[in-house]
Amino acid sequence: MEKLLNWVDERFPLTASYKAHLSEYYAPKNFNFWYFFGSLAMLVLVIQIVTGIFLTMHYKPDAQMAFASVEYIMRDVDFGWLIRYIHSTGASMFFVVVYLHMFRGLIYGSYRRPRELIWVFGVTIYLVLMGEAFMGYLLPWGQMSYWGAQVIVNLFATVPFIGEDLSVLIRGDYVIGDATLNRFFAFHVIALPLVLLGLVVAHLVALHEVGSNNPDGVEIKKLKGEDGHPLDGIPFHPYYTVKDILGVVVFLIVFAAIVFFAPEMGGYFLEANNFIPADSLKTPEHIAPVWYFTPYYAILRAIPPILGSQFPGVAAMGVSVLIFFALPWLDKSPVKSIRYRGPKFKIALTLFVIAFVGLGVLGILPSTPLYTVLAQILSVVYFAFFLLMPWYTKNDSTKPVPERVTQ
Amino acid sequence: MSDKSVDTSKRRFLVTMASAAGGAATLAVTAPLIMSMMPSARAKAAGAPVEVDISKIEPGMLLAVEWRGKPVWVVNRTKEMLELMAKHDGKLTDSASENAAQQPDYCKNPHRSIKPEYLIVVGICTHLGCSPTFRKEVGPADLGTDWPGGWFCPCHGSRFDLAARVFNGSPAPTNMVIPPHQYLSDSKVLIGVDQGVAA
Ligand code: HEM
Ligand code: FES
Repeated sequence: MEKLLNWVDERFPLTASYKAHLSEYYAPKNFNFWYFFGSLAMLVLVIQIVTGIFLTMHYKPDAQMAFASVEYIMRDVDFGWLIRYIHSTGASMFFVVVYLHMFRGLIYGSYRRPRELIWVFGVTIYLVLMGEAFMGYLLPWGQMSYWGAQVIVNLFATVPFIGEDLSVLIRGDYVIGDATLNRFFAFHVIALPLVLLGLVVAHLVALHEVGSNNPDGVEIKKLKGEDGHPLDGIPFHPYYTVKDILGVVVFLIVFAAIVFFAPEMGGYFLEANNFIPADSLKTPEHIAPVWYFTPYYAILRAIPPILGSQFPGVAAMGVSVLIFFALPWLDKSPVKSIRYRGPKFKIALTLFVIAFVGLGVLGILPSTPLYTVLAQILSVVYFAFFLLMPWYTKNDSTKPVPERVTQ
Repeated sequence: MSDKSVDTSKRRFLVTMASAAGGAATLAVTAPLIMSMMPSARAKAAGAPVEVDISKIEPGMLLAVEWRGKPVWVVNRTKEMLELMAKHDGKLTDSASENAAQQPDYCKNPHRSIKPEYLIVVGICTHLGCSPTFRKEVGPADLGTDWPGGWFCPCHGSRFDLAARVFNGSPAPTNMVIPPHQYLSDSKVLIGVDQGVAA
């Protein structure tokens, strides 16, 4: 065994990689609940890829056959229902996990120097994930698939000058049809997953280059012991592998409960109208995107057409996602973690969370004049969180940050 | 020239030329890939005109047919509908159909049609492309007592009157599109070919 390992190590850095990334990768000793979600995101990625491969064995990316092939998976393929429910639940849980993971970044200032690139890769992952989810949603070819895609692709058509051609390029036809379904399938099963995997690798390489942040926002690499390891660091393996396995077990219990008892989640994970085949002549009475897109959808609806163009609303929606990229450069606070921040940041963050969740709820509800006004107010709060950040983080009354992490 | 000094300018020239050639080659290979994503010859050829028999549409009713993958509605408007329709010009964004892109010239009139009673319109909301719901009843509870009949878009709440003209304050910026069409006889309409053009 020893010999075999030596043989491999002379040809491939197996032991060296194991040490560099696990047994001698030193992570801060004060990780808490919020640090479960990175490894959980990786778990969900694997779940999606594996179940996706098995769904692909039975699914048909053809406008005439797609809907029926999904029914066939649900009814006639042994355990097909299980594989499909795991995949559909996985899509929603991916966003649950990623939103919590991003929120951790917000509260502990994990996007701050020197972790800007970890954050930038992360936001890119988030964007690609949205694309992946959107394209996957077209595949069952139900009413929501069809009309959801119709609306989203038309968002691109509102771009001045090139919009019309752009939307035709995306659809491959003048309307959503077989060509669209076929190419979304190609993107969903191969193109975007490859990009996602590459980005996750880049995300982790950047993370292991600079090391993790922690709930205190203290750089553990500043203080090293005689052995050259950070005083406040512990080896990732076995300490955090065991911790993460606990997270995985709890997560999988919740996941399984959803898959077996509430796979449709009352219409939030799988929408009722999507059990009706796509009909290009009739839009369902109530259409709303899947829950994880609703905050942005609410922003889109909140902005009225300006000069006969819908583009401002579309632009606002695009900016509301892209603005996350700018976060590392908007935050001017001398401290990273919320534990040492002053009241201004805490209030701003609270308002932001209220705005994000509030917009998410409004995006599910049909629009009424009152809700539109509410959505407009919350959109302003949403953007204010980012745009005023340089100001309120700079003159906040922060507390002194300790040298070492606390317990 | 001593053999230690390197002629960097020549090297730089070569690197620049090689990068430029590589860049051009990459573009040349990408172009056909992108072009393959545009509508194929078959997709372009689809969209033959559709012939509709309008004699069976009862007054006040709507018939939906498919043309180029989109719904086209033929509505047989009653006298009362036409009268009500003329009373709210002030609430419309483009009551006189000034926006030439939304209808052929021969439908630039108050009723937006060749024959006043028959409206022929592409049933796609000009906001983001949903197909609005036909709400012909006057003053229903959910749309308000001043609702004169028309279409309500379920997606983001755009409102259109019975000439498919958009009401102020809707997210949709323009009236719905009137497709090119012509009457082959009193009861037959050909959708997809302009009036005056041989079918
Ligand atoms: C496929 C999706 C993703 C996977 C698999 C993933 C994976 C991971 C893992 C394993 C870690 C280290 C463990 C941890 O800190 O919890 C991490 C850290 C981090 N991730 Fe992600 N991530 C994903 C998406 C994102 C997104 C969408 C963002 C933000 C927009 C993001 C921002 C960060 C940041 C800032 C860190 C460093 C946190 C710290 O050190 O405090 N990640 N990620
Ligand atoms: S698509 Fe009709 S209102 Fe948006």
